[in-house]
Amino acid sequence: MSLGNIFDIAGSGMTAQQLRLNTTASNIANAETASSSVDETYRARKPVFAAIQQQLLNPDQASGHFRFGQEQGTGVTVDGIVESQEELQMRYEPHHPAANEEGYVFYPNVNVVEEMADMMSSSRSFQMNVDVMNAAKTMMQRVLTLGQQ
Amino acid sequence: MAITFDKALGIHEQALVARSQRAQVLANNLANADTPGYKARDVDFQAMLKQATEASRGEGVARTHSSHMDVSGSGGSPELLYRKPHQPSIDGNTVDAQQEQSRFMRNAMDFQASFEFLSSKFSGLSKAIKGE
Repeated sequence: MSLGNIFDIAGSGMTAQQLRLNTTASNIANAETASSSVDETYRARKPVFAAIQQQLLNPDQASGHFRFGQEQGTGVTVDGIVESQEELQMRYEPHHPAANEEGYVFYPNVNVVEEMADMMSSSRSFQMNVDVMNAAKTMMQRVLTLGQQ
Repeated sequence: MAITFDKALGIHEQALVARSQRAQVLANNLANADTPGYKARDVDFQAMLKQATEASRGEGVARTHSSHMDVSGSGGSPELLYRKPHQPSIDGNTVDAQQEQSRFMRNAMDFQASFEFLSSKFSGLSKAIKGE
């Protein structure tokens, strides 16, 4: 029964969105983490989403009445987390404890406004996956009552 | 008169399976709402149902020899199509979350309807068996 797969799919979506929310939280928390060199400075992190294809999971699955093409997807996965390559903010703050010889401090390339928008988007997507899971649960519970009346 | 489940239950069993398959496809679209380059997909429900009815009626091309290829509906895979996007997005994703969600909900309601039909068929059968 493919209703069971919906739980996996919605679950993978929720995991991915939660990871995105995690990176956003990390970015916002470190938005003002200054350091004295370019290499040590925190850079904004972004997850890379990719669709899971069915054949990767179970290559010879031919279930149910209707067999879809093997190219049918079964959820989403996080391929990895990349660091933003945007330029860091260089500020002249000679009295800062982390200032280098010339008096400059490096701040992360986190755009807080962008992160907030990203946070809203991911929490909405998370809710959407929860809704899908709830609907699938209702459908399945109905099926379980078959023939009971 | 012999009762066969296929004849007694009609199309509803297949409709239920088709609905649950479609729910899976739509759930996958929603899970990939933020995946770059992902193309939203859907099935042609009409074509799916047509295949199922033809298969259950035994219509289509008959196999009169064992080496004939099976071209009838059952077992064939209905095509998984790509949705036409309403507006392009920079990352190449064609999922419109609101639309997909409304389709998913509609599909769930249709699933319930098919289920009600199937359930009433079963209760009818049990009444016939008990002779009430």
